[in-house]
Amino acid sequence: MEQQNEHIVRSYEEELALLNNKIAKMGGLAEKVLGQSFDALDRRDPDLAASTIGEDEEIDQLQREIEEQAVVMIARRQPMAYDLRQIMAALRISADLERIGDLGKNIAKRAVAVVTEQQPKQLMLGLKHMGELSLNQLKEVLDAFIERDAERALNVWYKDEEIDAMYNSLFRELLTYMMEDPRNIGLCTHLLFGAKNIERVGDHATNIAETVYYLVHGRPITDQRPKGDTTSSTAYTSLRSTSF
Amino acid sequence: MEDRPATTVEQPAGPKETGDAAPAGLGELKMKATDVNLWYGDKQALYDVNLDIFGQSVTSLIGPSGCGKSTFIRCLNRMNDVIDICRVQGDIRLDGEDIYAPDVDPVQLRARVGMVFQKPNPFPKSIYENVAYAPRLHGLCASKADMDEVVETSLIKAGLWEEVKDRLDQPGTGLSGGQQQRLCIARAISVNPEVLLMDEPCSALDPIATATIETLIDELKENLCIAIVTHSMQQAARVSQRTAFFHLGKLVEVNDTSTIFTNPSDQRTQDYVTGRFG
Repeated sequence: MEQQNEHIVRSYEEELALLNNKIAKMGGLAEKVLGQSFDALDRRDPDLAASTIGEDEEIDQLQREIEEQAVVMIARRQPMAYDLRQIMAALRISADLERIGDLGKNIAKRAVAVVTEQQPKQLMLGLKHMGELSLNQLKEVLDAFIERDAERALNVWYKDEEIDAMYNSLFRELLTYMMEDPRNIGLCTHLLFGAKNIERVGDHATNIAETVYYLVHGRPITDQRPKGDTTSSTAYTSLRSTSF
Repeated sequence: MEDRPATTVEQPAGPKETGDAAPAGLGELKMKATDVNLWYGDKQALYDVNLDIFGQSVTSLIGPSGCGKSTFIRCLNRMNDVIDICRVQGDIRLDGEDIYAPDVDPVQLRARVGMVFQKPNPFPKSIYENVAYAPRLHGLCASKADMDEVVETSLIKAGLWEEVKDRLDQPGTGLSGGQQQRLCIARAISVNPEVLLMDEPCSALDPIATATIETLIDELKENLCIAIVTHSMQQAARVSQRTAFFHLGKLVEVNDTSTIFTNPSDQRTQDYVTGRFG
């Protein structure tokens, strides 16, 4: 059913197209904010960080517009079937993208905070790699949305495990680093939050993947997603094995 | 859209309902139509329609004008018998009994399978007589007291009693459109039918009167099997538990209402419910 006929009422068709364009635009902005925040952190560039923080506002504005348009369309058009799913998808995806924007903004803020600190290369490399992976996930899932490609969305959904696994190992590394020298705690905490934010970006990309799947097939993904984030239990065990 | 192992995948002769088991949340199988074909003279209006209608629930029939939904619903109480050039083929059962069997009296059948029409059509008689007419015809009431009770109960069930109890002797035609339609519903349920067929019962009513009728449909379905033909998809979505989509005389898809309006299987259903027909 991917190939949709046109509505009898042309303005309805135009409204749906507008909604889709806004999501695409919002997705592009979220990608940009996220990418810039990684660069700002990586290059220790406070100016880039500052401008990135400002750009998040545009994403928030788009989300408000999408939400308003969706509500008005539900009230005025009483959408059914695929149209209803498109509007629900727009609402959900815009909420996820807005959160991704916030997470990017937060990473940019942390980039400002750690700009003077000496950053261990190994850690930064891991963080950078994790960031690239999440950015790629976001890009893939947005393409899946635009092309209404449920298979592609499903691939994103499965791949989130990789980000989780990287987050796990980064978490351990950061913990070790903090234990070695308490003076590292400030920097490492910021980096840890940064890593957590990236991990959350991955989760939002997964949410979008689920939405795309629902949009196309009209039913949720039923598979069990492999869970890679085990840090909630790691913390306890690794602390316990350390003797203070 | 991939295939789903539901009753919704169209087969060459239209969707077949499998078995007599009711889907979850519905009452028992009440009426079963199998391979129904119908002609008006040379023109075929229904093609191999297979549809199960369940008790204690509302089944809505939707589709564009001329798709056969009204024609089909009229087969269910043999209203088409009165049209000379109309010929019906196939098997329609009420509680397992063939309603087209030679020994079935259509008048008796219509007491079990009542009908309400698009335009409210009260008899040019008093409100009381409108409701009392059918029970009297069928000899259901032995005394005036019995009849009074039937009239009152029917009007209460139709949600009209409070509005008319002080003027039962006034003409039914003097009521408002919405009241007249509820009077027609009271008239239809006065003989305790098992099935109530409604052919666009709200098309001539304003939104408030429509809401009242829809509330009524919701209440009546607790004890009745209801089939409703409607042009308003929103109405079908609001009042029914199952929805059947007809197109060009064929039953294209039947499923629970929420599925039809969120995730229909057939492209034609999708196009119709989203306003893309063409």
